Amino acid sequence: MSATSAEQDSPPRAIDELHILWTSEGMSCDGDTVSVTNAKLPSLEDVVLGTVPGLPKVHLHNKVLAYETGEDFMTAFRKAERDELGPFVLVVEGSIPNERINGDGYWTAMGNDPETGEPITVNEWIDRLAPKAWAVVAIGTCATYGGIHAMAGNPTGSMGLADYLGWDFRSAGGLPIVNVPGCPVQPDNFMETLLWVLHQAAGLAPTIPLDDQLRPTWLFGKTVHEGCDRAAYYEQADFAADYNSPKCQVKIGCWGPVVNCNVTKRGWMDGIGGCPNVGGICIGCTMPGFPDKFMPFMDEPPGATLSSTLLRAYGPFIRTMRGITNHTANKEPKWRHKEPALTSGYEPRWPNGRAQS
Amino acid sequence: MTTHPTTDTERRTLVDVEFDPITRIIGNLGIYTKVDFANGEVAECKSTSSLFRGYSVFMKGKDPRDAHFITSRICGICGDNHAVCSIYAQNMAYGVKTPPLGEWIMNLGEAAEFMFDHTIFQDNMVFIDFCEKMVAETNPSLLPRAERKDAPRGDVHGYRTIAEIMRAFNPFEGEMYKAALEMSRITREMCCLMEGRHVHPSTLYPGGVGTVATPQVFTDYQVRLVRVLDFIKRAVAMNDDVFDFFYEALPGYEEVGRRRTLLGCWGCFQDPGVVDYSYRNLNAAGNAMFVTPGIVVDNQLITTDLVDINLGMRILLGSSYYEDWTAEHTFVDRDPLGNPIDQRHPWNQTTLPAPQKRDLDGGNYSWVMSPRWYDKRTDDHLALDTGGGPLARLWATSLAGKVNTPYVRSTGHSVQIDLPRGQGLPGMSLEWTPPKFPNTLERNRARMYFVAYAAGMAQYFLDRALAEVRSGNTKVFEDFTVPDEAIGVGFHEAVRGVLSHHMVIKDGKIANYHPYPPTPWNASPRDTYGTPGPYEDAVQGQPIFEENGQDDFKGIDIMRTVRSFDPCLPCGVHMSLGNGRVLRKSHSPMFGNGS
Repeated sequence: MSATSAEQDSPPRAIDELHILWTSEGMSCDGDTVSVTNAKLPSLEDVVLGTVPGLPKVHLHNKVLAYETGEDFMTAFRKAERDELGPFVLVVEGSIPNERINGDGYWTAMGNDPETGEPITVNEWIDRLAPKAWAVVAIGTCATYGGIHAMAGNPTGSMGLADYLGWDFRSAGGLPIVNVPGCPVQPDNFMETLLWVLHQAAGLAPTIPLDDQLRPTWLFGKTVHEGCDRAAYYEQADFAADYNSPKCQVKIGCWGPVVNCNVTKRGWMDGIGGCPNVGGICIGCTMPGFPDKFMPFMDEPPGATLSSTLLRAYGPFIRTMRGITNHTANKEPKWRHKEPALTSGYEPRWPNGRAQS
Repeated sequence: MTTHPTTDTERRTLVDVEFDPITRIIGNLGIYTKVDFANGEVAECKSTSSLFRGYSVFMKGKDPRDAHFITSRICGICGDNHAVCSIYAQNMAYGVKTPPLGEWIMNLGEAAEFMFDHTIFQDNMVFIDFCEKMVAETNPSLLPRAERKDAPRGDVHGYRTIAEIMRAFNPFEGEMYKAALEMSRITREMCCLMEGRHVHPSTLYPGGVGTVATPQVFTDYQVRLVRVLDFIKRAVAMNDDVFDFFYEALPGYEEVGRRRTLLGCWGCFQDPGVVDYSYRNLNAAGNAMFVTPGIVVDNQLITTDLVDINLGMRILLGSSYYEDWTAEHTFVDRDPLGNPIDQRHPWNQTTLPAPQKRDLDGGNYSWVMSPRWYDKRTDDHLALDTGGGPLARLWATSLAGKVNTPYVRSTGHSVQIDLPRGQGLPGMSLEWTPPKFPNTLERNRARMYFVAYAAGMAQYFLDRALAEVRSGNTKVFEDFTVPDEAIGVGFHEAVRGVLSHHMVIKDGKIANYHPYPPTPWNASPRDTYGTPGPYEDAVQGQPIFEENGQDDFKGIDIMRTVRSFDPCLPCGVHMSLGNGRVLRKSHSPMFGNGS
């Protein structure tokens, strides 16, 4: 296993083997882990079995898939805490509760303290492991920004990982927290981000490009609306009045125009499924303001009321004009026929081909 | 309730063995046992969950139409079950009925969810406990026997010996392990075609769906269904071969995870010809479902009436981190038929979290509550389980004799499933008959049979959906308004079993909302009457077949039992399990029945 520490002045050597310590014991539903088993581009087994060129050898420690159980499963986490594991990426799934508010109790824990037999909170694990991790990755909107479990009125005081560790946190590998939001995370989005981080660890890629919300820019730089195949209905001010309609859903709850997410463009899995592109309103599940700033979900977003009113001025006119052009485009040119003369405009040299006059 | 009564005068050496966190399940679960190694038996078991998020707390005051979007997030593997169940409850509260095509689309989505979830759980989580690598570590003497033992159904699945099957399930390397991951993706594509995405659906709404019901969406589903049929036929045969081998090779293995038959099934797959979502019609709608609701006690089907089922629900405390709510507000005095509703019923529950230290010695030790079903015949609060879901569904449906479709039929004593021809294998008929009693292997065996059941039903729903489309009945959504005051209840089968959502609306907002998924039933701790939860009950008293001694004990038989219930702790609240590290030895009196 190669070292990550800068022993010399030369740039850090490439990591050829690393561990992924993945805790889904935050305020989570394990939906991001489950989602990642759905990825094809690449698949989890592609990464674990090393079939993608250039990757370090990966040891995955994820509760849902682990062969080991109980204390055997915890071994890798405990070794990492003692600096005995080697380089590792810490993946955090689920939001981080406030454990300062609950007296002797706990909101969530993973494993027990061998000395006391008491549960070790997830917060404690993060405190112990995050500073030692080569990279820290937050998977899902709960871990990135708090998500559903940080909704107004929640009893646990939950928050995202950057709220807990600090937005300027840097891992042992010098990376900021890498946020991959989504509820759940879009499968290929996560695997692609992980692939970049692993290639970076292997010395094959520069620092992963992240935006100010710590999201990979190439995945979250566009809005849902910019990738939505119903957007043409929008510019024509042709809106769905209910969920029977295949038209633009902004007046029945879609927040796509103001949400950073690529699902309409990419599909849910390998091009299949999605949200507004297949009739499901965008509820903003990749966003820091989710869910409170988007509820009630089935109401028209206030901004959409204004913009759709403005569109009504010219949208119907454009639709009419396009309708006329569409009608023309639906007719074949007049030279496609079985008459005894060629009328395509070509002047043939053979006798029968000439138009009889 | 343990299956091995013990005399309480004898003294024996018990060793604390804890499993925390339990892996290859969803959510966090801890299993704490006292094992009698000298007698090869688990003397005591406690099940704990260490995660609380508080859905019923933060949903109060929200718009009722948000309920299915929010409750889907309860679980990352069966969230769509919650969304659907919530929609059923909302439909009742709003007085709206989904158009038939919308109903068939939801059924198709849910059938795909069953096929996906049972497959990934069975083959990528449960079967690791039966794979070559694990058996070599826990029962090494079995492997040579498995190498010599011809697989009886090799003509279907293509593996010559039992050991070959076991090798096919080695994690990440095994052929079947990898094939199951791929199968779980194809079936999730099927789910996405109907419900937009997985696991939190985008296209489901109260009143219907937003799915664009062109012929294409059904063709895309049909083609994928045909692609998975042969996998299912092979998987059923491989499961049968391995489980039969365990019975044969380890006499007495049927006692592992054995429990009294106390099964609940809330029914699933609505029949749009009958369901109207009114409470008055709940019994009729339930009996028309394509999985029949029912409660099976000691192998007798005692009711199929969802009103009876609803009225009997009681949420007990006893070992959970909550204050009681008996002095809190009563939201629903009587149901719409005039029946009195208990203060311990989900409609009247108020969740009052009380974080505290875990106390496994007679105190509170779990964030999971203790749902029970009140049997008025005997005045018992029954700790029903779901057998992981499939066992209860197949059992209740078998005995009820109500389901009758071209692909799936109930005979009154069994379920017959006809799977159509696939890409390589011909059509195949399967029959599932209730075993003598529930145990670990039978819970697991039922799971893959239910995948076949779901595939057969999916073909039927496709036929019905296409008939609607071809007739021009393409409406999928019906408009509604939210009343100021209303109540609703949804009953559905989640993958792991019974799922109910109880909702109360006041002033147009959610006044109370309580989802009860299967895992709170299965993973519950001891209640106020001292009755252990089903995991505890099934593990307690079970024999140990593992060849490792106390020092390198893996607890594989305990793990198999717990996993046979398909734990899902986000649904339960949260829970975990661990390895066989010996904590301390204790000398204590033997535990009596139910301890």
